[in-house]
Amino acid sequence: MSPSSQDVWVYVEHLRGTVAGHTYELLGKSRDLAGALGGRVVAILLGNGVQPLAGTLGAADRVIYVDDPALAEFTPQAHGTVLRALAEQQAPRLLIFGATSLGMDLAALLAGSMGMPLIVNCKDIGVEDGRVVATSQMCGGKLLCEAGIGDRPAIVTVLSGAFPAEKGASDRPPQIESVPLPVSPDALRMKVLRLLEPAAGDVDISKAPVLVAVGRGIQRKENLPMTEDLASLLGGVVCSSRPVVDQGWLPASRQVGKSGMIVKPKLYLALGISGAPEHVEGMKDADLIIAVNSDPKAPIFDVADYGVAVDLFELLPLLTQEIEKRKGLAAAS
Amino acid sequence: MNISVLLNMVPDLVEELEIDASGTALDTQWMRFLLSESDEHALEQALLLKDRHGARVTVLALEPGDAEEALFSSLAKGADEAVKITGVSPGLSKRVVAMAFKEALQATPSDLILTGVYAIDDLDGHAAGLLAGMLDLPFVGVTRSVEPVNGRVVVQKEYPGGFAAEVEVGLPAVIGVLSAPQPPRYVPVARIRETRKTRTLTERPVSVAESLPGLTIRRLFKPEPAERAEMLTGTLGDVAGQIVTILADRGLVR
Ligand SMILES: Cc1cc2nc3c(=O)[nH]c(=O)nc-3n(C[C@H](O)[C@H](O)[C@H](O)COP(=O)(O)OP(=O)(O)OC[C@H]3O[C@@H](n4cnc5c(N)ncnc54)[C@H](O)[C@@H]3O)c2cc1C
Ligand SMILES: Nc1ncnc2c1ncn2[C@@H]1O[C@H](COP(=O)(O)O)[C@@H](O)[C@H]1O
Repeated sequence: MSPSSQDVWVYVEHLRGTVAGHTYELLGKSRDLAGALGGRVVAILLGNGVQPLAGTLGAADRVIYVDDPALAEFTPQAHGTVLRALAEQQAPRLLIFGATSLGMDLAALLAGSMGMPLIVNCKDIGVEDGRVVATSQMCGGKLLCEAGIGDRPAIVTVLSGAFPAEKGASDRPPQIESVPLPVSPDALRMKVLRLLEPAAGDVDISKAPVLVAVGRGIQRKENLPMTEDLASLLGGVVCSSRPVVDQGWLPASRQVGKSGMIVKPKLYLALGISGAPEHVEGMKDADLIIAVNSDPKAPIFDVADYGVAVDLFELLPLLTQEIEKRKGLAAAS
Repeated sequence: MNISVLLNMVPDLVEELEIDASGTALDTQWMRFLLSESDEHALEQALLLKDRHGARVTVLALEPGDAEEALFSSLAKGADEAVKITGVSPGLSKRVVAMAFKEALQATPSDLILTGVYAIDDLDGHAAGLLAGMLDLPFVGVTRSVEPVNGRVVVQKEYPGGFAAEVEVGLPAVIGVLSAPQPPRYVPVARIRETRKTRTLTERPVSVAESLPGLTIRRLFKPEPAERAEMLTGTLGDVAGQIVTILADRGLVR
């Protein structure tokens, strides 16, 4: 690898002709980092027909784009091989990815193949005495680790929402540079056969005003009807975290979070959900969040407005009863 | 097809995590471990491939973190061989984990290497991608199904925003599984106990450097709750009443 520059590279994620919001968060933070390191912010844009997106990346000093049919659909192999070739030519100091289903693939693959140090799931990154220091969130939000990276090139992945996106939006025209595919298309050895749309379901949870969200704490499928009763009392529907869908208890269309839906209901009632960052990403902007979790230290209480640290199975019947009473629906008691 | 499944033990978050005196590592003395969730799915994916298409499934795990239970449980579920990798204590380093797996896999030729795409204690990487990079093998992570087609595999890879793609991958390859197409199968404790009596683990010593090249852990700590929720307390009946009042104030129950 050529001697390292002090440049900070941001891998640009885009889907269907739009740059992901997360990328602007990374670009904004990169301005601070590049300033402290004495380098430039470089946005790396890979894809097919992506040139029009380059103009939206004005927070970068430079946009390097590779526009090639071989990069039309993301595969870790194609984008990783190209990134590696570019990084070997130009030696960035820091390579930043979102901690997403694309970024986590690329970061680990490159760290493995190039022997570069990597810190994943960062909530914060700074520069101290010319060295990069990153704080990684571990164990579903119950632990933080501050790690220092030596003075050599490194990779980080950054959690969504860690930094404000506004700082990464700019009208300034960046310097844009087209680079031809730096490797033979044959080196990209994977084929995307087809794209799959998000799961369509019976209900669109992103439109429901009230969501009763169930997590692994619901324990078994047989426990779902009582949450459905509660949801319909409140004029809402039941949604869930990923493990509930993975267990086959609810269809994928009900999943909230990174790989599910982003929701913003008037009320999000979280039952037995720990509050992992991948879940929180999908619901943190709800108007009112009430969380029930038997673990008083569950990270969900960091995003909720109100919390109850009790067994959900003890609270649920009483809550349902109280609501029925309030609605004047209580049985002839 | 020879399938290797790499298993990682992670802290059980039901227990309080303790940080050791150095302030840079977890105190594992009383820690309870469990098999990483996405590895459970990787194992299920491998067993599904075996059930439907025939395969020889080898599971491998590093000894630290009470891996024996997970290895015997995998045998009870249908794995053909279980390898306990000894001689390495990776601490918090997934790079060291990946290096240990890389060395251990030399004795287990594999067409397909399946492992979870992430673990809750990932810090310096995700083992699946790191290993693929070290082995220079094709890699797709964050997958939810793997099917063999004409000597290759077709995987469903998740993209952000609920999108996904079917990707065709030549073998050998490393696949980082997030979910299997169906929930991990259950095996009764009695069957695992039985397996402990009738089957043995293959022990495989490895020797890898255990330092984190280029990284220093400066501090491991628990987050200071920034703006925590207002906690509702009292009897369960009180709490239910308080919630209904909050909802009524906002016009959410009428
Ligand atoms: C690429 C990627 C994408 C992902 N996408 C998503 C996504 O879209 N959505 C998503 O949700 N996750 C997603 N995840 C998974 C995520 O990391 C977590 O594993 C998941 O959110 C955990 O779900 P949970 O909170 O239901 O389960 P757990 O973390 O197991 O939490 C269960 C909680 O229930 C509580 N509990 C147990 N019993 C009771 C009881 N009786 N009463 C009250 N509380 C109880 C426990 O204290 C615990 O806090 C993704 C992960 C990756 C790597
Ligand atoms: N520019 C670099 N960035 C990161 N790590 C490097 C760099 N150069 C060398 N290394 C490290 O040194 C080891 C040997 O490097 P090499 O001889 O270039 O393969 C690699 O495994 C890396 O860990």
